[in-house]
Amino acid sequence: MRAPSGPDVAVGDVLLSVENVSLSFGGVNAVSDVSFDIRKGEIRAIIGPNGAGKTSMLNIINGFYHPQQGRITFKGQARSKMRPHDAAFGGIARTFQNVALFRGMTALDNIMAGRSLKMRRNFFWQLLRVGPAMTEEVEHRRRVEEIIDFLKIQEIRRIPVGRLPYGLQKRVELGRALAMEPDLLLLDEPMAGMNLEEKEDMSRFILDVNDHYGMTIALIEHDMGVVMDLSDRVVVLDHGIKIADGTPDEIKSDQGVIDAYLGVAH
Amino acid sequence: MATMTAAAVDTFPKLLIRNANLYGARPAMRQKDLGIWQTWTWGQVLEIVRAYAVGLNRLGLKRGESIAIVGANRPKLYWSVMAAQMLGAVPVPVYADAVADELAFVLAHAEVRFAAVEDQEQVDKIMSVKDRLTKLEQMVYDERRGLRDYDHSHLHPIDDIIAGGREALADPAVGQWLDAEIAAGKGSDPSIILYTSGTTGTSKGVVLTGERSIHAATDTVKFDKLTANDVALAYLPLAWVGDHYLNYAQGMVAGFCTACPENSDTAMADLREIGPSFYFAPPRTLEVLLTRVMIRMEDAGYLKRKLFHYFIGVARKYGERILNKQPVPLTGRLLYWLGEILVYGPLKNVLGFSRVRVAYTAGEAIGPELFGFYRSIGLNLKQLYGQTEAFLYLTAQPDGEIYSDTVGPACPNVDIRIADNGEVQFKSPGMFAGYFKDEGKTAEALTPDGYVKTGDAGFFDEKTGHLKIIDRAKDVGRLSDGTLFAPKYIENKLKFFPNIREVVAYGDKRDFVAVMINIDLTAVGNWAERNNVVYGSYQELAGHPLVYDMIADHVAEVNRSLAEDKAMAGAQIKRFLILHKELDADDGELTRTQKVRRGFIAERYAPLVKALYDGSKEADISTEVTFEDGRKGTINARVKIRDMQTESAFVTEKAA
Repeated sequence: MRAPSGPDVAVGDVLLSVENVSLSFGGVNAVSDVSFDIRKGEIRAIIGPNGAGKTSMLNIINGFYHPQQGRITFKGQARSKMRPHDAAFGGIARTFQNVALFRGMTALDNIMAGRSLKMRRNFFWQLLRVGPAMTEEVEHRRRVEEIIDFLKIQEIRRIPVGRLPYGLQKRVELGRALAMEPDLLLLDEPMAGMNLEEKEDMSRFILDVNDHYGMTIALIEHDMGVVMDLSDRVVVLDHGIKIADGTPDEIKSDQGVIDAYLGVAH
Repeated sequence: MATMTAAAVDTFPKLLIRNANLYGARPAMRQKDLGIWQTWTWGQVLEIVRAYAVGLNRLGLKRGESIAIVGANRPKLYWSVMAAQMLGAVPVPVYADAVADELAFVLAHAEVRFAAVEDQEQVDKIMSVKDRLTKLEQMVYDERRGLRDYDHSHLHPIDDIIAGGREALADPAVGQWLDAEIAAGKGSDPSIILYTSGTTGTSKGVVLTGERSIHAATDTVKFDKLTANDVALAYLPLAWVGDHYLNYAQGMVAGFCTACPENSDTAMADLREIGPSFYFAPPRTLEVLLTRVMIRMEDAGYLKRKLFHYFIGVARKYGERILNKQPVPLTGRLLYWLGEILVYGPLKNVLGFSRVRVAYTAGEAIGPELFGFYRSIGLNLKQLYGQTEAFLYLTAQPDGEIYSDTVGPACPNVDIRIADNGEVQFKSPGMFAGYFKDEGKTAEALTPDGYVKTGDAGFFDEKTGHLKIIDRAKDVGRLSDGTLFAPKYIENKLKFFPNIREVVAYGDKRDFVAVMINIDLTAVGNWAERNNVVYGSYQELAGHPLVYDMIADHVAEVNRSLAEDKAMAGAQIKRFLILHKELDADDGELTRTQKVRRGFIAERYAPLVKALYDGSKEADISTEVTFEDGRKGTINARVKIRDMQTESAFVTEKAA
């Protein structure tokens, strides 16, 4: 379905690999012995029925959960324990299933917040807004304005996000993640609760992010139509176990996947 | 002085050169980009447009060919118009929100070989109908995003075209060639083709010429004393004659700065930042703005709310008279002055009207309340009337002679006459050269002695000498005694009351005028709550005697105002009824654009129409309705009919 990616996006090199990862909460196995990889420049979808362990998987990649077993390699380096802010510094940004923005702040300030870990001058310099801190601020603002232009949200720049409709909040959240200029962008149900038009807009933005910035994207999504249209490769989880991995066409015809979604007669 | 030289220049490219000479370092165009306003001076615009024209020519665009312009108000699309005109090619702007099918019709009809478009959305749209556009060869676009992976053999970024042209212009011979091309352009050549929106049948391509457009714009620039110091915000569709005339032509003639909004949704905020001195808005936009202000005021604190309403009251009393330079008592002046500091000034600032010197509205009838509100807070809002075939304007209200129900006297050099059937006909400096490729329609639109038929019916008001437009000529009928009957004129007068939502007037070939009224549930419901009127349904509220009394007062007021016009006095409303259900597009009673379908309604409610004219006091009606989920049901009702006194009658007691 997708137009071929441009020359500067070299799909192929493995950016992140998950090897034999297992995670359990008490007696519940959220994820068991899952392996897959995410290649540079691709859109990778993680799908599965409710409770399949998708969000757990995303939280593992993000460093929020620590798997009891298995290995995660990101940009060629195996990583052990890490915290979410390490992930952020390491080049992983994410959006949340139920929007997590600073509701009282404007869309602009929310996206600027995404730049905060790129700020080099310390707090006091920034407070004074002089010299190098000012130069830096201007540069960050320019980047943020580019994102605002990219996501076409100029009209809501100065509006507190709490007052925005849900679809736009989602877009602002995507903007904040983009502001971090991550190597890997994790999207947790970017289309949840959206109407058809908003979904189409969001799909267009996701494709554009991938195409324009050459950004690697991993997304969780319920809407199968969206997943099949957007992604290059899909991994399917069911009850914490990987049951399929392949291109959308392969997934569509996979009997195991069909059974997992539709149920099997016992 | 500037305007005098403008008239001597007969094409837009020559005008651009004149502006670069006269106002070289003054701003010609602004656009907000990445949150910062960018400015281009007249000198820069000329340089860019020259390079762009050369670039387009190298792609193959030649004199006499046409180029489609599709997109929002962006400098590069305005430059596309200028560059095409420089080469003697004809720009054809198309509404950016036109669906693919409409777009295909216009592009195919105009035989465009080129298209200058805004972004991927428009490129995709044109690609989707490519089979029907056999002549289309090259497309240029402004916004690069999403287009990188497209086949670029026939698709180019406008920036690249300009850069290519600039390189070529390094050779002096190319510059000389371009100068010769500009000089070769004649004022009588078509300068643009504007397609009418096509509400009545398929759209027609109105061909305008440079010389006439410039003449027309020169007259109005003089009329409103526009200068190079003015600023306008271009936010209306490029393909609409209003934008081409108000911003493009007047901007070129007066040399004022045209600012383009960041995108279509930011126009409100941009308006405030730019603070234009010349402003145009259709009545609908003004209404939306006012509603927004009122709603926000209701949310404001007690003191602010009281202050606002008190001073708006003061403004209503004195504001318009002050604006019209009429005598006002000293206390009135003082209160208004205080109001200006406390309320009107800040309000105008928020709306972006602080610096507006001249504002126009047109397109449909504007309610006197709405019109009066803006004028009372000191906005010099005026009405004009015109159409695409006239290059927009025919009449405009001069400062100090403003009435909400007229559209002003004929503009300078415009010749207007009223035909025997009531139709307004004109000859004007800006009148069109013809419909593109449609001599039959052109001939139809002209009278044998060269006047253009507007299709609108109107008359000149005796008191003021201003033109009043009453309806589409084809809808105007006559009562059986020969009195002129303009249904829309009467309907609009009633609809200006907030309690009345829709009106259907009957009278053609009848003895008198009768109307069917739809109440506005929000407004009347609100009124019912305040007056302890109990009702269980729309139907019950609509039939309530007190509601009938209230509406009867409105009808009486309309009758009084109709009586003031000699031409209309005979068409006062004798009987009315309030419909038991809301007219709805789902039931086919309204068009999708919310216009009443008079004929259809007459058939559907035939028993009611019959009762209106046979003198009965009430009538039974049973109508089928369509629910939102598609199911159908029937509503039965007994609708009462009220008789009204007309103004000529001596009896002044309230209608029974």
